[in-house]
Amino acid sequence: MKPARFDYVAPTTLGAAVEALAATNGDGKVLAGGQSLLPLLNFRMVRPSVIIDLNGIKELSFIEARSDRVVIGALTRHREIEQSSVIASKLPLMSAAMRHVAHLAIRNRGTIGGSLSHADPAAELPMLAVLYDATIVAEGTSGRRRIAAEEFFVDALTNSLAQDEIVVDVEFPIPQQDGWAFEEVARRFGDFALASLAVLVKRGASTLEQARVAAMGVGDTPLRLRTVEHEVAEMRIDDSLPNRFSELVMASVSPNSDLHASGEYRRQLLGALARRAIITALGAR
Amino acid sequence: MERKVTVTVNGTRHEIGNVEPRLLLSDFLRDTLGLTGTHVGCEHGVCGACTVLMNGDSVRSCLTLAVQADGAEITTVEGLGSPEQLNELQRQFREHHGLQCGFCTPGMLMTGEDLLRKYPLASDDEIREGLSGNLCRCTGYQNIVAAIRAAAALRQEKTP
Repeated sequence: MKPARFDYVAPTTLGAAVEALAATNGDGKVLAGGQSLLPLLNFRMVRPSVIIDLNGIKELSFIEARSDRVVIGALTRHREIEQSSVIASKLPLMSAAMRHVAHLAIRNRGTIGGSLSHADPAAELPMLAVLYDATIVAEGTSGRRRIAAEEFFVDALTNSLAQDEIVVDVEFPIPQQDGWAFEEVARRFGDFALASLAVLVKRGASTLEQARVAAMGVGDTPLRLRTVEHEVAEMRIDDSLPNRFSELVMASVSPNSDLHASGEYRRQLLGALARRAIITALGAR
Repeated sequence: MERKVTVTVNGTRHEIGNVEPRLLLSDFLRDTLGLTGTHVGCEHGVCGACTVLMNGDSVRSCLTLAVQADGAEITTVEGLGSPEQLNELQRQFREHHGLQCGFCTPGMLMTGEDLLRKYPLASDDEIREGLSGNLCRCTGYQNIVAAIRAAAALRQEKTP
């Protein structure tokens, strides 16, 4: 047996799951797709006394377009997001990014609520939540709470959920910007990114009217590069723009060195991805 | 807190009492049911050797609890074909020498089955991307890619 001993409950309603989690007084773990939790259990890096399995709560699995936003239930699998025609038409950048989320067998099980809660700083969905100004809706014993994505990711592998809270769904406002690009480099396709960058742009006749820029793999949380966004707003589109954009992006991050890459390499990599991304995003689409 | 697990594996229904919640599906298949075709490599979701189909989708059996498979239909490599009668993908692996030691093969086959159903696999890049979650330490992947390419081409012929 790889994991340490635990009790297992599989509630069929959200209310029962919240109660079961609250009853553990912080010693319980919520199991969604299990693609991050099971490795931690197998290594015995976490030893919860109780596992609360959400997979029987069918109401948590859906993708819905609601006027100005797309709402995704916490238990929706990565593979369902990858395949969704709603996501492809309303949030095409997300659709393109999903093929980079791990490998097929992981995407078949992994969920959006699980990925956001795990809060890996090099995972795609947390970065997309920050890019799209998503709202994460969580339920606890004292009711529902709406959390802005940038407030949700506190540190590497650390979110701002209370002990008794479970992510219920995630709201993605449909952006005004219609140009987009997603760029990522990983050592092996599907692995966690060494660096990745996503941009959404609104293009005027001769200027880049406004842009949203998010990066990952270069900080302890996914980053929204707001200083870059501010600097490039209304910038004239000419041959020098990609390099200027790339330099602004590089100046805005200070990645740490680790086993996989030095901080300076990551910064240079992000700069190269930024140049590529802004050219793609400004192209006819 | 042991639980009963009812699961259909390769078409055979099993009802097993006394399953500890912490038992992994990989160990359940191998130790409880004696189906040792599913291999266990890294046991944390990196190598892909333990991949099986659960309700038709490829999953890492080392990242799934046996109790979560309650009510599910599982297909393991034993369910694909037999030594006398290999299935199409297995035949292509033999034809193209897609295995040497065979350790990664069950995971490669189960992943291949799911990829063939879900993606066009029109280019080698797409095949390699699809296999990127499965590690092989002896063939260098070339022949595995060739086997899947051939299986994809055969599938193309069969579905006009």
